[in-house]
Amino acid sequence: MDFNNYYKLMQSSQVIMSYKGAASSKLLDGIISASQAKLDEIETKKSIHRKVVGILIEILQNIYHHFNKTSILPYLEDDSSVMFIFAKTSDEYIITAGNHILKSEILAIKSRIDEVNEMDADQLKAKYREILESGEFSDKGGAGLGIIDIAKKSGGKLGYEFIDHNEHLSYFSLIVKISAI
Amino acid sequence: MENFYLDGTTKTPKLSLNPQTGKFMMSGRSIPENSIEFYKPLFEWLDEYVKNPSAQTSFDIQLEYFNTSSSKCLVEIFRRLEKIKDNDTVVNWFYEEDDEDMQESGEDFKEIIDLKIVMSMIES
Repeated sequence: MDFNNYYKLMQSSQVIMSYKGAASSKLLDGIISASQAKLDEIETKKSIHRKVVGILIEILQNIYHHFNKTSILPYLEDDSSVMFIFAKTSDEYIITAGNHILKSEILAIKSRIDEVNEMDADQLKAKYREILESGEFSDKGGAGLGIIDIAKKSGGKLGYEFIDHNEHLSYFSLIVKISAI
Repeated sequence: MENFYLDGTTKTPKLSLNPQTGKFMMSGRSIPENSIEFYKPLFEWLDEYVKNPSAQTSFDIQLEYFNTSSSKCLVEIFRRLEKIKDNDTVVNWFYEEDDEDMQESGEDFKEIIDLKIVMSMIES
């Protein structure tokens, strides 16, 4: 996220928690439990609480699975690639999560999200079932099930940004909004 | 055949399967990063079980959260149970009254799996 957007987000919302660091399983687990503890304090509606936590888990595990350490770290100054901001406005939760990607990955990521954004709720549901039924299977989840699940649960369009980092890398951020009412 | 039992953790469900009675239970959270690795021993146990199953198999599933890679593993588990001859297997899918996502997941499985899946709402 560029500074301008970050500023706007900080001004218009309450940041519940933010993180910048490595994409390790332990650290991402820490974000999940810390975010959940914060949510316990501020969100009384169980259904919204559950939805937000479910989406958080999926977003962070998506980063964990797709962050390609070996190809990205050589082009980075340090390993703290992941940026995560969990914020709330008066009527929605906003989760922004980013990590570096290779420039060659931009098109594939962009088209995958665009494709999901073009689907309505019924189409998302049908696509989800289709992938689940086909049994395409890998440790990474695979076949874009994660991103469909995030879109399906959030009920809104997914936002994204790509910012040039250097000759080889871009910074990719996914922005997910969840109604808080 | 031995019982299959695992305590739950913050990321993995409690699992308790009794091959004699055919009473299976899964509860808690299923959000491991590597779901296949976690569920592999259960897949292998089920491969054995379906060769000589109990007269009736009933599987209670009451999850708080599960990630998408676990949902694929659930399909793998159900596919194994589908193989039981003269199948009388019942899957009880529990979801809390206001948990639409968990309800929808149960309906997804109902749609794609050839087993009797009973939706069981828990009043909150």
